[in-house]
Amino acid sequence: MSSGEKYVAAAYGVVFVAVLVYVVIIAAKLARLERETAELAELARKRSSGG
Amino acid sequence: MSTSSPNSSASKIPVPALATIAAALVGLSIVLAFFVAPEDADQGISQRIFYFHVPVALTAYACFGWGALKALLLLWKRDERYDLESYVAIHLGTIFGVLTLATGSIWARASWGHWWVWESKQLVLFLVLFLFYSAYFMLRFSIDEGPRRANVSAVYALFGVVLIPISFLAIRLADDFIHPIVFNDRNELNMDGTMFFTFCVCWLAITLLAYSFYRVELLGKRLDANLRDLREALA
Repeated sequence: MSSGEKYVAAAYGVVFVAVLVYVVIIAAKLARLERETAELAELARKRSSGG
Repeated sequence: MSTSSPNSSASKIPVPALATIAAALVGLSIVLAFFVAPEDADQGISQRIFYFHVPVALTAYACFGWGALKALLLLWKRDERYDLESYVAIHLGTIFGVLTLATGSIWARASWGHWWVWESKQLVLFLVLFLFYSAYFMLRFSIDEGPRRANVSAVYALFGVVLIPISFLAIRLADDFIHPIVFNDRNELNMDGTMFFTFCVCWLAITLLAYSFYRVELLGKRLDANLRDLREALA
């Protein structure tokens, strides 16, 4: 691999890694929101059954 | 807190469809940049960085501009919805700003032999713009949530918009280094037609990718706010 090719791979790699990190962060956030929604649904169910 | 989404025609496109189109266009951009666009006679393979570096930089400018526009709308219409939209746009602008600086430094090293040149006006002005909007987050999170934070953040975001045309024009007016430009002073293309087509597809791909991120992040934050309201109501 020539030095020019290495620089091109590095530049495209930086963009790829950034997109990947962003997707991982969003996925983690979605998992947290799903957990919170389930907790709230459980709380609402308890409220309705307990009167 | 108002968590309704805007009702513009662009915002009616479902996020999964938008993300799929963006991903397909990014894939097409990579194919065009590496297998279709001819190799630059002067810079060789390192010129291929251009196809992602310039669209990423233009997207960073667009995100900062969009954030400033939403800030203006907040101050004008007093609708809290615009505060979140302005914040998300500036957040994405900062991410794309980091990518602009990183890919630009790699390209500078490949072409000029230096990672960074402080004498170069265009590099320093972009760094100033980036640091200005990075400080936005320090200001924003130093104030408690509420109308005061929204107003102060909006005013700061609006001040920064002045730096965008200065930074953009510096690349065309700079006389220190030969920073590549798409059009010359006579509005003639500075590249082969296939190269320009590749550049346009890459630009569209990165813009759509950024818009997908913007929509996903807004959805997440609105959902977060709605859940917080619901938790308070159930408590």
